[in-house]
Amino acid sequence: MAEKISKREMIVKRIAREFKDGDVVNLGIGMPTMVADHVPADVEIFLQSENGFIGMGPCPPEGQEDPDLINAGNKPVTIKQGGCFFDSATSFGIIRGGHVDATVLGTLEVDQEGNIANYIIPGKMVPGMGGAMDLCTGAKRVIIATDHVNKNGSSKILKRCTLPLTAVGQANLIVTDMAVMEVTDAGLVLKEVAPGLTVDDVVAHTDADLIIPDEVPVMQVC
Amino acid sequence: MNKITTLKDAVARIESGMTVMIGGFMTVGTPEALVDAVVEKRVTDLTVVCNDAGVPGKGAGKLIRNDMASCFYASHVGLNPEFGKLMAEEKIDAVLVPQGTLAERIRAAGVGLGGILTPTGVGTHVEEGKEKITVDGREFLLEPPIKGDVALIKAFKADRQGNLVFRKSAQNFNPLMAMACDYVIVEAEFLEDVGAIDPDHVMLPGIFVDAVVGG
Repeated sequence: MAEKISKREMIVKRIAREFKDGDVVNLGIGMPTMVADHVPADVEIFLQSENGFIGMGPCPPEGQEDPDLINAGNKPVTIKQGGCFFDSATSFGIIRGGHVDATVLGTLEVDQEGNIANYIIPGKMVPGMGGAMDLCTGAKRVIIATDHVNKNGSSKILKRCTLPLTAVGQANLIVTDMAVMEVTDAGLVLKEVAPGLTVDDVVAHTDADLIIPDEVPVMQVC
Repeated sequence: MNKITTLKDAVARIESGMTVMIGGFMTVGTPEALVDAVVEKRVTDLTVVCNDAGVPGKGAGKLIRNDMASCFYASHVGLNPEFGKLMAEEKIDAVLVPQGTLAERIRAAGVGLGGILTPTGVGTHVEEGKEKITVDGREFLLEPPIKGDVALIKAFKADRQGNLVFRKSAQNFNPLMAMACDYVIVEAEFLEDVGAIDPDHVMLPGIFVDAVVGG
């Protein structure tokens, strides 16, 4: 690797290569929001915000915030030329109706069958699902952005989720600081390995069963 | 017809035990003066329908702080620890609904539908106790409408007949809730004469609105 970049930056840079010109994309709160900063210059995507608009732009300069314009994470944002606003039913009609090409979401757990658990830890964290269930169910492609292991060093990529599910079998691509994995009918396929790591490193830190092709290229993060 | 009235008269019909819908997303698009007026009435045992529980002391969070709600429908309550405390102590009946399902259940009530079929929540806790219906080989949950007694709505502009214009992301649940409640109160930043809003620019027809106050 030519330069050292943070794990999170590596994840979001890799995900930013997944879009094609004209895609409608919804980015979840936290790390997924950073994906917008790394989309290639020749690809124009339209960011949808579930609180009711398309064409979301970056945060405004300090002092120029509009109290009527926030993203779904309660942060001031802007709207680009050509963007538009709508009510919550239209917004979720866009999401549930399959008009969002891709959503990028963080997760607590994800498993080899594409099950996603990212909204509740019973007895600990019960914030509600917000728009996550609709996004997982309705978006054409669900891309999971997550650390490969949790704070205790345990794999977040599981054989079977243990926490209550947000959606069943909806994850398509999982991008972590160690690997890129694709959920297929045959199982979870290891597609790429992070720079500096081996396939064995990834396998050692993964609870899920991985299908390993003969050649596994290095994750492209530039 | 002049629907413009005082804050006190606008909330006069709100009583304990009613179902009250409050527009807004993380308090953006929430009519704060109307919520304050409801708080002053000291009503109790409300069923509140709002996208979220606001933040402590703001938006629907004001009703939480003043212990006025016994039941609360929301998609997200994570930014209000005061709500989390009530929920943990089982002092409030929290009904967590996926955001798109919440919007569509409210819309269903307003447009005379007997419910909606949604794929959202199939295979999760959300499906518990609900009827599943298969259409063209795909499973859907039957979700009933949510109707309200009173809606508290925030608009950018309102004319004397109640025609409304919303602004930016403050629109969110407001027009849906206005269609789903028996009595609809609007707090508008600007009050306009009839005819001042171009008919092509009206975002919610005034027929859904009962009372308008200036914000």
